[in-house]
Amino acid sequence: MIFAFSLFVLCQLLGEVLVRLAHVPVPGPVLGLVLLVCYLAWRKQVPEDVQRTSSGLLTHLSLLFIPAGTGVMVHIHTLKTEWLPILAALLLGTILTLIVTVFVFTAVARLTGAERVAAPGEAE
Amino acid sequence: MRPAISSIWVYLSASPLLWLAATLWAYIVAHSLHERSGRNPLVSSVSIAVIALIALLVATDTPYDTYFQGAQFVHFLLGPATVALGVPLYTHLGSVRRLFIPMLAALLAGSVTAIVSSVGIAWLAGANLLTLKSLASKSVTTPIAMAVTEQIGGLPSLTAVFVILTGILGAVVVTPLFNALGIRDRQARGFAAGVAAHGIGTARAFQVSDVSGAFAGIAMALNGIMTALLVPLLARFFV
Repeated sequence: MIFAFSLFVLCQLLGEVLVRLAHVPVPGPVLGLVLLVCYLAWRKQVPEDVQRTSSGLLTHLSLLFIPAGTGVMVHIHTLKTEWLPILAALLLGTILTLIVTVFVFTAVARLTGAERVAAPGEAE
Repeated sequence: MRPAISSIWVYLSASPLLWLAATLWAYIVAHSLHERSGRNPLVSSVSIAVIALIALLVATDTPYDTYFQGAQFVHFLLGPATVALGVPLYTHLGSVRRLFIPMLAALLAGSVTAIVSSVGIAWLAGANLLTLKSLASKSVTTPIAMAVTEQIGGLPSLTAVFVILTGILGAVVVTPLFNALGIRDRQARGFAAGVAAHGIGTARAFQVSDVSGAFAGIAMALNGIMTALLVPLLARFFV
């Protein structure tokens, strides 16, 4: 657990440093994610410890959103005055995104003839 | 008795320990409610915990800054957790390669739609610039969305709220919507859920099928990266 956690923190640190050195407009942790994938590709496997620590962090990802989510109390005024544009943007934006993504995926898969692996009992 | 309690409160309210404990226990309780509801996306552990904590902070007249001194230890883990998303991404790299072109096309289309439609609709409906900036990355997982918002000068904590609401809306809408449209492909359905509604959409997709879940997880990680690249770029053109 300590190795895996240190590995994640190191990737994040390198990500932050590289982002600043190269002036790329990407958050440091995202570059850290890419670095971790490169590391795993180099190792050609996911070490047990890394697998366990990653699942541990990701299973309880919701916990990590709570401090920031509680920050909404500071923005209550914005939400009160702009609830209509916000609700419209979130609801319609999400529905549009779902529809566009699913249609592009199926259309391009059909065009390129990408093979599909259907799970057993999936055809319905 | 009274003075003793108040002196303990004076100590506790000034130490980070109280609000760290409150954050953890608010989550534990909210999470068990979520489990007990059969993982109903409407009973979101984040919303329940946030509402409970805000009620507590308002009742005790505690400012958010004081709360955050305790909660920052949890908040800090968002960075390493973002890096950890690399593990499931690497695990599914095989399926990513096989369906590379459809996924890339759907990712690009979905990512741009998510950003442009939400900002565009809010702009048409008269939202101000700070709200628009905070909306742009609402479809991706919170740690990435908050970092992106910070970078373009929005309000990260407002983004966190938008992200969670998007996840809940997406998870509720996805299955009935795709059934109504007659979309059967589980890979495509899962991928769309991950692009539009990040982790909450992914959790929902896993309930429907493993194939959907795996593709949603990949889509969530890829859209995190794509949005992190696109939003600062689009922001340069429009702001």
